Amino acid sequence: MRVGVEFSKLREGTIGEYVERFLFGGVVTVIATLIANRYGPVIGGLFLAFPGIFPAAVSMTEKHARKRKAESGEHGTLFGRAEASVEAAGASAGALGLAAFGLTLWVGLREHKFPAMLILAMVVWLATSLVFWWVREKL
Amino acid sequence: MGQSATDLMIRFLVGGAVVCLFSVIGDVFKPKSLGGIFAAAPTIALATLYLTARKHGAAYVGVEARSMVAGAIAFFVYACLVSFAIMRYRRSSVGIAAALIPAWAGACVVLWALWLRR
Repeated sequence: MRVGVEFSKLREGTIGEYVERFLFGGVVTVIATLIANRYGPVIGGLFLAFPGIFPAAVSMTEKHARKRKAESGEHGTLFGRAEASVEAAGASAGALGLAAFGLTLWVGLREHKFPAMLILAMVVWLATSLVFWWVREKL
Repeated sequence: MGQSATDLMIRFLVGGAVVCLFSVIGDVFKPKSLGGIFAAAPTIALATLYLTARKHGAAYVGVEARSMVAGAIAFFVYACLVSFAIMRYRRSSVGIAAALIPAWAGACVVLWALWLRR
């Protein structure tokens, strides 16, 4: 397992795909707000963890992986789906981090100010996600 | 409706920008499983909680955060199912991910009934 960054991957995405993500993100955020407004914070809070952008994310991963294989003359359908499956597995670690993010805010806001708790919750999200990702990789 | 058009527009723009930012970060990391954690980043929360805290106060955000824990556990179940189903049934990932959204909702209903509504 080699961890790193590949900025060349950014060239695989088209402007249209980024616009699509932007619109998806904006719409899901507004819907979550309206649900919280209509049904209150208990139901509304559930939608703060709604996987609205997730289907588009795995779809783009599959499409880009398939295209890379096709460019080298291979049939990449199964490879693309395997990449999407791996991304979804990584998202499961991120989801546990998301739970830790919520837990930090829930407990911390009883005694501490919101801005500080939001920053701490982000650190906890990243750290928890990475720990669960690492554990999953080792299994 | 209690939510001004300006407020919703701000949330739309911030939500779109935050989702784009995290998806770009997720795209550049390798292996792909590491990038995947950014597909479950707290994007909606980051886009909405600051404005919510200003409007309703920290106690309201605390209640939302408790429900968010349940929503995130449901997301974990959902992501595991998607990962398994893509490899098991060899169908397109977007179709499986969209078809399994009710699994997230079902897990949320169970957690609401067992925990949140008490």
